[in-house]
Amino acid sequence: MITAVNDKLREIIDARAGEPRFLIECLQDIQETQGYISEDAMHAVSERLCVPLIEVYRVASFYKAFSLKPRGKYIITVCMGTACHVRGSHRMIDEVSGQLGIEAGETTEDQLFTVESVNCLGACALGPVVVVNGTYYHHMTPGKLRKLIQSFRDAEQEALENV
Amino acid sequence: MSRLSTESELNTLRETLVSARQTIVKSITMCGGTGCQASGCKAVVEAVKAELAKKELADDVDLKVTGCHGFCEQGPLMVIEPGNIFYCHVSPEDAAEIVETTIVGGEAVERLLYTDPGTGEVAKTESQIPFYAAQDQVLIGRNKQLDPQSIEDYIAGGGYKALAKVLAQANPEAVIDEVKTSGLRGRGGGGFPTGRKWESCRAAANGQGRYVICNADEGDPGAYMDRSILEGNPHSVIEGMIIGAYAIDSNQGAMYIRNEYPLALKHSQVAIEQARQYGLLGDNILGSGFSFDVEIARGAGAFVCGESTALMASLEGKVGEPSPKDIHTTEKGLWDRPTNLNNVETWANIPGIIDNGGEWFAAKGTKTSTGTKVFALTGQVKNTGLVEVPMGTSIRTVVFDIGGGAPEGGKVKAVQTGGPSGGCLPVSKFNLKIDFDTLDKAGSMVGSGGMVVMDEKTCMVDVAKYFLEFLQDESCGKCVPCRVGVDRMLEIVTDISQGRGRPEHLDLLEELGETIAETSLCALGKTAPNPVLSTLKYFRKEYEAHINDGQCPAGVCRELISYKIDPDKCNGCGLCAKACPHDVISGEKKQPHTIDQEICTKCGICHDTCKFDAAIVV
Repeated sequence: MITAVNDKLREIIDARAGEPRFLIECLQDIQETQGYISEDAMHAVSERLCVPLIEVYRVASFYKAFSLKPRGKYIITVCMGTACHVRGSHRMIDEVSGQLGIEAGETTEDQLFTVESVNCLGACALGPVVVVNGTYYHHMTPGKLRKLIQSFRDAEQEALENV
Repeated sequence: MSRLSTESELNTLRETLVSARQTIVKSITMCGGTGCQASGCKAVVEAVKAELAKKELADDVDLKVTGCHGFCEQGPLMVIEPGNIFYCHVSPEDAAEIVETTIVGGEAVERLLYTDPGTGEVAKTESQIPFYAAQDQVLIGRNKQLDPQSIEDYIAGGGYKALAKVLAQANPEAVIDEVKTSGLRGRGGGGFPTGRKWESCRAAANGQGRYVICNADEGDPGAYMDRSILEGNPHSVIEGMIIGAYAIDSNQGAMYIRNEYPLALKHSQVAIEQARQYGLLGDNILGSGFSFDVEIARGAGAFVCGESTALMASLEGKVGEPSPKDIHTTEKGLWDRPTNLNNVETWANIPGIIDNGGEWFAAKGTKTSTGTKVFALTGQVKNTGLVEVPMGTSIRTVVFDIGGGAPEGGKVKAVQTGGPSGGCLPVSKFNLKIDFDTLDKAGSMVGSGGMVVMDEKTCMVDVAKYFLEFLQDESCGKCVPCRVGVDRMLEIVTDISQGRGRPEHLDLLEELGETIAETSLCALGKTAPNPVLSTLKYFRKEYEAHINDGQCPAGVCRELISYKIDPDKCNGCGLCAKACPHDVISGEKKQPHTIDQEICTKCGICHDTCKFDAAIVV
């Protein structure tokens, strides 16, 4: 049986057909393409790379780079590294969960925001650091973070009004 | 660019590149490390470019974006030649003045120069800044001289000279001897002598070939040395790897780079491509008959993959679980073949050792810990950034002379070294020399080089809890002592931090810690108790205050504190009420406000926001 996945994923998976050693690399490309690893994608990977499904699931759930659930449009990553911790990064988590009503690892119901905490982003000199969709925001304070979230909401609102 | 097939062709290329660069009189070097990028250096570069074009100076001034200069706190950083003028906190709006005053006029823009917050002295050049003056930037210093995406810059600065030397001498054992003479020890945390590792890998039976791996899965929270080296000077790492491969007789290499480091990934990819085009990687390197190539693998976000056997499992596409090391990876590693794994900084040191000789390297540092080491100085300290000092430098020099001590109003209490495997050392131990053996004996470790400074607002029980949470989260779960033991330690420390601690808990923690250290499978578990054991050793009083008095002296542990608004100090400005993420502060305008204790989460945001010190911890 060949599980149906879209063409893009099919291309990613077929390029590594019969090569179990490329499992992680393959999942990384899928994660980048569709933002998470769907059950169908895991089935297709298992079939084509010749890796038992349980092993695909094991790898996909072991590494933090993979998400098994769809994520929001704005991915807010709060660095919880030591340097950010001693400069009060837990306050950023408090602010985000207060603002969005979700905990780290969760996505808002409207699929707009996902909050993640990461153990270190390596920008320690500038802590507390928050990254949104790859853009770094340094020396963060709860106030700055609140404005940042509001700016995304405003942008979404504006986009809706312009439709 | 054409393929180089002999050493003399490389030399000719270098001479051409050097003479072309001699005509450059004026240059602007912009730091483009991740830190400065976060501070907005890209916009500055664009603004300067536009300004140079407007003044028709684009051809006369060499504008270069380099890797990390180290002084991240002051970013975006800029260095202008002639004069070695050092600017900090540069913004796009400064571009016009910089071009007009400094490039055209040859004068410094005073307001962009660095002012020492302690003495108020203004420094015009890097060497006048205490942060740089006390350092010996052997590795980081080269970041400032080259565009990381230009192999030509690297070659012009003497790059790949060491590789050519090694290939011309055609004596791999002599290379290993040179590395042994240097006394270089692994920079990733283990501190194992690099030359000896190479020797045992070379001695291992070579059935199907050996592997060379660069461990760039830098996961220690509070550490980013490897990131900056890979971002700023990827060719130094690649050259080191080729030399190492030649010494141990390997033809295949891999770089395992953390996925969270996109810039390091990109620069390494570009560097490998360029090296291939010049024939410095691939078949028959510089006509020597020696072939070697490198592939890049992206990490997938598992701290344990920094451990060599787990990293190799991950390279094989499997779950990153460590294996017992009764047989060394130098004999049986990746795909069961002899594998030599070194960390980024270790590899980056190799070209220098070959160029200048092992004795040059050994002359720096101490007898058993030679050379320089890069540290990431972060936390509650004025000058955060990357610091490179000879091994054997005292903690005091790094934290106070280079780091400038605690920011205004604070008082340094401790420094945490070695990440989650290391420990916390109190100020009374700051005269200790930073080297592998001394820190080990003191209950901490050099580790990969993270140094997080903590002040009196940091609770050591909370720090211990923080690291246990980190380790519990990152433990792969394969062996019981680490999986269950760390969990139990976290339970106990959580109890203490929440006021449920009992006096016997402290002895129990020590006993548990010793057992985990002795019986865990890999280094993650073996060193996991260190943050607890070291804080218990040096800050036992803080634990006792939590247990016996139900108090958190630093005012951090939420269950033991509460926030109140002092009605005498509160003028009812309402800032705290606006800032509170959970809307628990109320009050009339211009009247003292109050906090609803029932729903307050004690996040402390009000405390940080209040300008009148009215929101207090009780």
